[in-house]
Amino acid sequence: MSGQLVQFAYLAAAVLFILGLRNLGSPKTASRGNLMAAVGMAIAIIATLLNQGVVDYVVILAGVIVGSAIGAVVATRIEMTAMPQMVALLNGFGGGASALVASAEWLSYLRGDEEPSGIVPLAIVLGVLIGAITFTGSLIAFAKLQELMGGAPVTYPGQQIVNGLLGLLLLGLATGLVLDPSNMNFYLGLLALSSLMGVLLVIPIGGADMPVVISLLNSYSGLAACATGFVLGNSGLVISGSLVGASGIVLTKIMCDAMNRSLANVLFGAFGAVDASVATADAGGAQGTAKGYTPEDAAIIFSNARNCIIVPGYGMAVAQAQHAVRELTDLLESKGVGVKFAIHPVAGRMPGHMNVLLAEADVSYDKLIEMDAINSEFPETDVALVIGANDVVNPDARTAKDSPIYGMPILDVDRSGHVFVIKRSMNTGFAGVNNPLFFNDNTMMIFGDAKGVILALTESVKELV
Amino acid sequence: MLEDPAVALTILVLALLVGVEVISKVPPLLHTPLMSGSNAISGIAIVGAILAAGAEDRTVSTLLGFVAVVFAMINVVGGFLVTNRMLGMFKGKKQ
Repeated sequence: MSGQLVQFAYLAAAVLFILGLRNLGSPKTASRGNLMAAVGMAIAIIATLLNQGVVDYVVILAGVIVGSAIGAVVATRIEMTAMPQMVALLNGFGGGASALVASAEWLSYLRGDEEPSGIVPLAIVLGVLIGAITFTGSLIAFAKLQELMGGAPVTYPGQQIVNGLLGLLLLGLATGLVLDPSNMNFYLGLLALSSLMGVLLVIPIGGADMPVVISLLNSYSGLAACATGFVLGNSGLVISGSLVGASGIVLTKIMCDAMNRSLANVLFGAFGAVDASVATADAGGAQGTAKGYTPEDAAIIFSNARNCIIVPGYGMAVAQAQHAVRELTDLLESKGVGVKFAIHPVAGRMPGHMNVLLAEADVSYDKLIEMDAINSEFPETDVALVIGANDVVNPDARTAKDSPIYGMPILDVDRSGHVFVIKRSMNTGFAGVNNPLFFNDNTMMIFGDAKGVILALTESVKELV
Repeated sequence: MLEDPAVALTILVLALLVGVEVISKVPPLLHTPLMSGSNAISGIAIVGAILAAGAEDRTVSTLLGFVAVVFAMINVVGGFLVTNRMLGMFKGKKQ
């Protein structure tokens, strides 16, 4: 295939990616959008295979078979509740691939007599740097989400200084390699320290901030691909990579806005680290007795309600309670109780986490309402049911100026007639702050595992016919 | 074509803008499939991986290329399949 034809194929692929992403924006066309993007990828792969520079097909074929097999098995076997770590892992492989490609290109320049020129040295450096950070950072995110390591922020004295020094060192090595592209020590140093940087950047980030980190790593994997595009002089890679980079940046910003925090605060604030002084100081403001109730108590109020709004959080995902919640929803609706779901943008561990879980349990997406659209409905709602969510329903975010989560947009569940909160214990949420919602007069706590409580509640409602 | 920095920068900036425009309109409902779908697109690094793995003589670069092909294909196949699986579960009102 001639060079020009290959370029046209990349153009077709890029167009299909853009149209695919646009179609992913509506539930009715999303499946078609995904298919279009996949076709675009197939075109790009075939065009590359027909490229004149490609002569050794054995190695490629072996890699394609191994990679496809692993990808297919993982994608079909994975549980929906494990989706955040799946996305993190796939991200890591994308970033890793880019770092490897940039390294391979650098090595072939080193072997030949031709020095990389123009933008190429910088692109190699960025490809290795971003790709390696994406790879190791994603692996740490995966380990945290898969609970191979603790989800709490890992902090130590002088952490910022260590990261700052490492950043300066990386900058120095990167500059060195750009100016002296054949220096093996600079390359090895860059690769090693970038990999270390990925680890160090993600360990201080706590579980509830994962939606930001996953979006950001998603963006990095695109930018890394974009950098390798400049290394290879391949416009297809540059366009596709920057599309993904941009999409990750947009999602990151949406997630940060939903927490009313800057990206810098999420990345370096070690939010959720246990800070005893703050936690106890805050506890003074929200004292009182939280009232513990049983599912049977709740059933009486539910059967007399006209409408209810369910607020799912990470606790629902941990307990795998989404199917039980769907059964409760069906039962309540059959009794004439209107049910809606209020979805906070950062509920769960990745953007859209709750939507995926409820879709898996066959809850119609028309019932899943975004925060801004549903907040005005709470005052007219008889019962709000909070399932394993905490910080996203904390009224302190509206009123307490000294609270760490002050200013974060929340779901106004406290404005509904009755509030039931299903929680495993009175522990503070991820942010380590007390939640005055639990002590309100109209709030009733039900302690226990989300799934068990929902099943018991469903049974009790049934008995109250 | 990309040797000309002006052309390269033009393509980069326009593609970033298109990305921002297209993604900004996606509702939160579909954020996860969007992320795993765009994630699969970042597997476009497969193009570079194939070029590195398929070069004429077998060297360390070939080995790196092979690993890159494996990584990128996991990303591509896993990403598109899992997105497809997820989207199959999103259903509207039962008519």
